[in-house]
Amino acid sequence: MAELRSSASAHAAQVLRYYFYYSMAPILELRKLVKHFPGQQAVREISLVIPRGSFFSLLGPSGCGKTTTLRLIAGFEQPTSGDVLLNGEIVNQRQPYERNVSTVFQNYALFPHLTARANVEFGLKRHRATDIGRRVREVLELVGLTGKETRRPAQLSGGERQRVALARSLVLQPDVLLLDEPLAALDPKLRKQMRVELKALQRRAGVTFLLVTHDQEEALSMSDHLAVMNEGRIEQVGSPEDVYLRPRSRFVAGFLGAVNWISGAGIRPEAVRLLPAGEVTPGDATSGDATPDRRAPGVVTGSVFLGDCVQVLVRLHSGEDTVAQLPRRAALFQPGDPVQFTWSAADEMTFP
Amino acid sequence: MKLRTWFLLPAWLSLVLLFAVPFAIVLAYSFLTRGVYGGIELPWTAESYRRLFDPLYLAILWRSFAMALAATALCLLLAFPAALFISRAARHKNLYLQLVMLPFWTSFLVRTYAWIFLLRDTGLFNTALQALGITHGPLPLLYNDGAVLLGLVYGYLPFMVLPIYATLDRLDPALVEAAADLGARPLATVWRIVVPLSRPGIVAGSVLVFIPCLGAYLTPDLLGGGRTVMVGNLVQNQFTTARDWPFGAAVSIALMALVALVLVVFLRRQSEPLA
Repeated sequence: MAELRSSASAHAAQVLRYYFYYSMAPILELRKLVKHFPGQQAVREISLVIPRGSFFSLLGPSGCGKTTTLRLIAGFEQPTSGDVLLNGEIVNQRQPYERNVSTVFQNYALFPHLTARANVEFGLKRHRATDIGRRVREVLELVGLTGKETRRPAQLSGGERQRVALARSLVLQPDVLLLDEPLAALDPKLRKQMRVELKALQRRAGVTFLLVTHDQEEALSMSDHLAVMNEGRIEQVGSPEDVYLRPRSRFVAGFLGAVNWISGAGIRPEAVRLLPAGEVTPGDATSGDATPDRRAPGVVTGSVFLGDCVQVLVRLHSGEDTVAQLPRRAALFQPGDPVQFTWSAADEMTFP
Repeated sequence: MKLRTWFLLPAWLSLVLLFAVPFAIVLAYSFLTRGVYGGIELPWTAESYRRLFDPLYLAILWRSFAMALAATALCLLLAFPAALFISRAARHKNLYLQLVMLPFWTSFLVRTYAWIFLLRDTGLFNTALQALGITHGPLPLLYNDGAVLLGLVYGYLPFMVLPIYATLDRLDPALVEAAADLGARPLATVWRIVVPLSRPGIVAGSVLVFIPCLGAYLTPDLLGGGRTVMVGNLVQNQFTTARDWPFGAAVSIALMALVALVLVVFLRRQSEPLA
């Protein structure tokens, strides 16, 4: 009897541990992940925790190792060392078809000989799923492809192909959806529209998204969290605001947006105010911004009209070429005008 | 004349002189009467074509068709994995391709004779099997359908490997990764994705193997030992030993018609949109 009780309690403990683990473990974790290719260290040592249900981006220039990281997670590459954990379990040894993650490829990799519906059914059939018809119908509705079921990829537009790729992966209810530069193949207008849609889709589907991109606007506008990568390492992880406003390195500051470097400090062009030379600091009470308490004299060398704003190019007397981004109505400067380039110390980004 | 026309002239000339004219001659012969010592005589007649429907000759045509079909199927079975392996090899691709084409460095006749030395009663295989005590007495490996089939498959295998390799090499590797990503095991990926997408290569290879196999006469002649007559041997026989040129010509025309029919069916399938 005592034996029975102890085995029952052992079982209960195991179940409890399982639930505890399942609910507490991050959906995806990378531990000291390293990948070397012959003559190249693609990933140098990445540790990262992706929160359940979040939209997470890996942002970095081409060749920074972000796509390799994605391929390590999908199982297309084996790590040189380190671990990939899904739901707290090490999955290094599992083949791609044994991992509950799914990839949206850069060029979508739709099966050209299958219809949109057959592309979406493909994974369900491999998993011998039941209720395939209903699930396919629901996911096609979710991505807005109802009515295009019998088209082949060649008969679909770029945006529709992307929706098929998304539906094909989402229908499998993956733990993590991996997206490799999913918007790169679209034209600029559609790309901006799809950013909003992708974000909304992630919310509706409730699936963790891990997106790889080199486009900082894309990463900033869609992500809950992002990791900036450079040369196989992670430079900084944080929310878009964090990373943009409080970059931890010169690289991150420069990669996320334009920066004016003035005697070691970085100032974003939109944090700059230009004043006619000789004018004293205005008590700019209307803007509510920090008072511009720093200044440097310079001369306007040109301006770039961007529609909603104007970039004024200023050469400081100290020799630096700088940019100020101003509202259109505030930009009344002509080339040759002497100006004061002013900013607030609170907006300075400094690095050790 | 335009420059373009001049460049096309050699092609047209060879097509007319080496194909159209001989074809017209063979077609004309097939409707003439057999000469006493070979050759042809008037009057015009369709007698040779009527003889084609003799059960003996129909059987030979059917047998050739079946042999060519079997050889094509065996080639496909052997060539597809080989082509897949070469296309997926990380390195030495060119070496493997050279190995596939290596047999072409020697004459077809010599290679076919080599099979006789391997397969005959005192040949390598039988000697080895007996020396190892596996068999007592020689196995009948030569001069039967099996030997002919072996010779055909051996002779035409590269024509199947190369076109399939060409399509597999162009296959986007991301499609294979996508299939695995969606849960397909390797065999399912090959069957559901790789095979359908390499259909153009499979069709081209099958045509390139089937047609020469259907008309083959050297291989059945040497390895079949005169017992396994295929339609190619029938044509040769009519023009030489039997001295019945009109009937030989009629058999040739029938063979061409059969090939044309098969081609039309195959190519129509290939031009269909991907299923």
